[in-house]
Amino acid sequence: MKTVQDSELEYFDLLETISDPEIPVLTIVDLGIVRSCETISEGKVKVVITPTYTGCPAMDTIADDIKKAFAKEGLEVVLETQIHPAWTTDWITEKGKANLEAYGIAPPAHKTSDKGALMGRDEVRCPQCKSTNTEVISQFGSTACKALYRCKDCLEPFDYFKCL
Amino acid sequence: MTKEEALYEFLIRLGDNALILGQRLGEWCGKAHQLESDIALTNVALDQIGQARLLLTEAGRIEGKGRTEDDLAYMRGEMDFRNNLLVEQDNGDFAHTIVRQYIFDVFQYHLLKGLQKSSNDFLKAYADKSIKEVTYHRSLSHDWMLRLGDGTELSHQKMQDALDDLWEYTGELFEMTEADDVLIAEGMIPKLSDIKKIWEEEVEATIQEATLKVPDTLGFMAYGSRKGIHSEYLGYILAEMQVLPRSMPDAKW
Repeated sequence: MKTVQDSELEYFDLLETISDPEIPVLTIVDLGIVRSCETISEGKVKVVITPTYTGCPAMDTIADDIKKAFAKEGLEVVLETQIHPAWTTDWITEKGKANLEAYGIAPPAHKTSDKGALMGRDEVRCPQCKSTNTEVISQFGSTACKALYRCKDCLEPFDYFKCL
Repeated sequence: MTKEEALYEFLIRLGDNALILGQRLGEWCGKAHQLESDIALTNVALDQIGQARLLLTEAGRIEGKGRTEDDLAYMRGEMDFRNNLLVEQDNGDFAHTIVRQYIFDVFQYHLLKGLQKSSNDFLKAYADKSIKEVTYHRSLSHDWMLRLGDGTELSHQKMQDALDDLWEYTGELFEMTEADDVLIAEGMIPKLSDIKKIWEEEVEATIQEATLKVPDTLGFMAYGSRKGIHSEYLGYILAEMQVLPRSMPDAKW
């Protein structure tokens, strides 16, 4: 018989197959939005997630994707959204950050405990040429979580996953 | 007034501010003078709509009549809305939008700071979450205040005109009602009069740095939203926002 811990590990394997619809290289586990996942009764699993931005339209898609992935395994998901403690980019895993950079999005440069980070005074590294000689074009980018930067060495514009 | 009634009123006030400002900012989509501004304003709109969803959902829960966020957003009339007059004002030109935004961002930022100490779990969680987003909003509108105020002769004049037009709507941001008294006694919300002092200091310093002048309204300030009395603009906003769910109440995405 499987123990509870075994099944929870399997749930996380399942969650690892679900990506952020707007940033496909980032799984929702790497993004750090999954708070917990546990069996509540036979065939029923409770998944607790924390939204990134309050208005992020990807959250609805993610919720649907979680339900679909578990339904394939014959499991029903009871989804709960928890806003406290608030999601922070500090929760993105190291693997997630490496995948972001390889995909062309600069990962958050600092921990949010560094006050300069929230005010946009980050030392941001160009995901193309790795130069830190970069400048901000706009604090608001193609999605709520990103800012737009430009590399002053290779001259390429790029997205930056801003600290939150 | 019970604690629940007071909390409902406060949540509706915050939720309607977020909803109406989000709707207004969304009108800029595809129209701003450069792509970066277009994207920035709509990102701020998205954050505000996200806040509105949280706040109106909680308001419906506290009210206990089974109303959802959508019922509250789409099925209430003008007199039931409690957003401040400031946020419903017309977008006008970019200067008007930026001045309205900056005035509101500083207010919202310090209100959230106060709510982070709330004895109410929801208000505290909401504030902890939203203040991070609002910090970026304030930084955006602050930068534009300086850039346009201390910019060309024309941009300076447009910013001063916007300040002169909108200043009369700043008074009622801090108007307190019986609901405030009830919630302050419970340690749930900060005193708006305290926030007013911090707000004045910060906004006036920025106005000065932007080489602009604090308008003199000769003591006149517009009031009304706490009682559901709005300017001419709100009805038009609601008409546009509510037409679909009201004409097809069972429509689902």
